Parts: sequence; C-alpha cells; structure tokens
Amino acid sequence: MSAEIRDIAIFTTLAALAATAVMLVPGVAVAWLLARRQFPGKSIVETLVSLPLVMPPVATGLMLLWLFSRRGPIGGLLARLGIDIVFTPAAVVIAMAVMGLPLLVRTARAGFEQVTRRYEQIAETLGAGPWRVFSTVTLPLAARNILAGATLGFSRALGEFGATIVVAGSIPGRTRTLAVGIYSFTENGQDRQAAMLLAISVSIAFVAVLASNRLAKEA
Amino acid sequence: MAAFDLDFTLQQGEFTLAFSVKVEARALGLFGASGSAKASALEAVAGLRTPRRGTIAVNGRVLFDSDRHLNTSVRSRRTGYVPQDILLFPHLNVRENVVYGLREGNRPDLRVLVELLELSPLMDRRVGSLSGGERQRVAMARALYSGPDVLLFDEPLAAVDLPRRRRIVDALLGIRDELSVPLIYVTHLPEEALTVADWALLIDNGRIAASGPPRDVMPSD
Repeated sequence: MSAEIRDIAIFTTLAALAATAVMLVPGVAVAWLLARRQFPGKSIVETLVSLPLVMPPVATGLMLLWLFSRRGPIGGLLARLGIDIVFTPAAVVIAMAVMGLPLLVRTARAGFEQVTRRYEQIAETLGAGPWRVFSTVTLPLAARNILAGATLGFSRALGEFGATIVVAGSIPGRTRTLAVGIYSFTENGQDRQAAMLLAISVSIAFVAVLASNRLAKEA
Repeated sequence: MAAFDLDFTLQQGEFTLAFSVKVEARALGLFGASGSAKASALEAVAGLRTPRRGTIAVNGRVLFDSDRHLNTSVRSRRTGYVPQDILLFPHLNVRENVVYGLREGNRPDLRVLVELLELSPLMDRRVGSLSGGERQRVAMARALYSGPDVLLFDEPLAAVDLPRRRRIVDALLGIRDELSVPLIYVTHLPEEALTVADWALLIDNGRIAASGPPRDVMPSD
C-alpha cells in the first residue's frame, strides 16, 4: 500500500472519529429532549435533525459552504478570529458530523424511549436531582443504544462524499477522504488506487455496521 | 407516633379514589382486595401522582395542598418508596442499589441494615440474578438507607419466603422504631396488617370502607 493510500485511510478514520466526538454531546442532548420533553417547535427540531438524511448530501454541503464561508454567518465570525474552515480538515469533520448526526439522534432517541420512566421516578424518590437521574439512571440504561448510534454515525461519516467535496474539496494530503479519493482517483484513471481505497472502505464499514448491529441487538 | 393527614381525591381515568384519614399512628396499614387504589394512594404520597384536590401531610410536613397550590417535588418529599414492581436499577449491583439515596440525615447503619435484611451474601450480585424475595429485601434496604421521613411499602414481602418473612417483618419494625420513621404499608394479607400496622384502613372500591385499630378493621373469617 502506498503512503498516499495509507494516509488517506488514516486521515479519514481520524476525521470520522473526530466527527463522532463532535456530534456526541449535541446528538445525545437532542435525542433526550425529543424522547423526554414536550416543547414548542419540537416537530421543527425533529425535522431539521433528520433533514441531512433525505436531502442530497451535495445540497447539505452547499448549505455548510454558505454558513462557513468568510461571508457566511458562522464563517464570518470565525474569520474575525483568524479561523478559516472551508477547504480545511475542519470542514471535513463538520461535514461528516452533520451527515452522521441524524443517525446518532434517531438511535439514541429510541434508546431513551426504552428506558422505563419508573426507574427515573424511583431515583427521584431517593433524592436524586435531574442531573443525577440523567447521569446515573437514564444515560447508563440508554448507553448501548447511544453507542450503537455513535457507531452508525461514525460509519456514515466514513463514507461521506457529497457534503465533504463541496465544503472541503479533494486536496491531496489535506482534505482527501476515502470516498472523495475513490472519486478523484477514478476520474483520473488511477483505478488501482481507487480499488485499494474501495477495499479499505468496505472493510471499515463492514466492521462498523456489524458492531452497531450487535450493540443495538444487545440493548 | 406520627400524624398522618391524608385527605385527597385522585382521578384515575374513570375511577376516583377518595381518601380521607387523619390519625396518629406509627404504621398505617392499607388493606383491601387487590386493585390499584392502594398503590395509587402511595404514589400520591410519593408525589408520582397529583391528586385533583386535597392535602397530604405526614408529621406536620405538608407535601401537597391544593388550596395553597403547594406540591412538593418528588425529590424533596423524602419518601422511602418500595413499589410493588420493585424497580431495582438493573445496571447497578445490589450494593450500588442500596446506597443510591444520598440524603443526609436519618439513615440506619449500613452494616446493621444489611445484616438485618439478610443481604450480606447478595451485596456484590447483579440484580438480574436475584429471586423475587431477594429483590424485595434489597428494595426495602434501598428505601430505608435513603434517609426517608416516611416509608411507603407496597406489598414488600409478597415474594419473600414464609419462614423468612416473620424475621424480616421483625427486622423492619426494629429499624423503623430505631429511626422512628412513619410507615404506610400496603398489604392484602390480614396477618401482615395485624403485625405491622397500628392503624388500618380497609379500602374498598376506591373508598375507605373502615378505619381503626387493625383488630377491629380486619375481616374476621
């Protein structure tokens, strides 16, 4: 395996792990809110979170490009701090996180919904406040589903193509991921490299989905 | 002696539970044919159900008063609740379940409690591996160790084997007296109501059909 292929595989895995870490806290928080709380605009939040699942990934990428470009609302703020996002590895992580988030939220939400409310009530009778109830009862009882959701989100992040290529491009040694690499190599007629990336993608995705299914089954 | 002031109406779908008792006792026994009314009454005291109107006060501590719009949160009611479905935390072992309640104050010595409820050999077991009777004893220990101001026990010995039941009842009453915590005890067994309670309420059809010393209230068959 050439150094280039190896670096793409390592970069993609690290970026997907970083994306999973980024989506974990907001994803679990949103999943809990959707499972346990009634609030105005809940169906809007539900829809927004699921949107990246059904929208063309390229369109999601375009939205991110607009948000994070120097003239965009978030990118503009960051630019003033001297931080550029678009066409950097950070853009890869953001694209992956946004695309993986719906899968994490859906699976984690199902996990929270499976936790019997009565356990939480008993914890309250024993004097536990909301945070203690969440961290010692709800979260551990939903943990397997959350882990399964994170694994699914990670798998989605690994294979992300459409949003990544729009917001991060395909810069060799900088933003090129497995999926983007397969496309770029194929387009350039470098079939051997494309095939190697393909084999790596299949192996990682296979292990990740297998792990996610195991976790969901045991949950 | 504790002052129980339970005067409330609870709506449960089509069914209305009307509860009205004001009595000084150490242990109040709720007795009656099986049905959800007794469990609902305990849940109202624990704060897990909100009465339509009325007052709930134990030992002068008002937990609920519809006229004053007072409804103490579940967490602050300081109840030691053992529901009929027990509900030990499945992801924690026996010891972790018993010490879950962290309130300061009126709690028994852990070693004595474990000894009296015959839990020593179980402390490191997963709760999934326990028998029904073992689970009930763990749930009682968890409630007692949480530093409660009132104990709410719903058929806590139903699954405990008969030879052990007598000993556990004695242990329970011993701890109760030592901590002087008032107890509300639901049972469908007359002999248990006679042993545990010093005031009994016979619940029938969502109402208090009789109220008095257990010997007078219990149906003599």
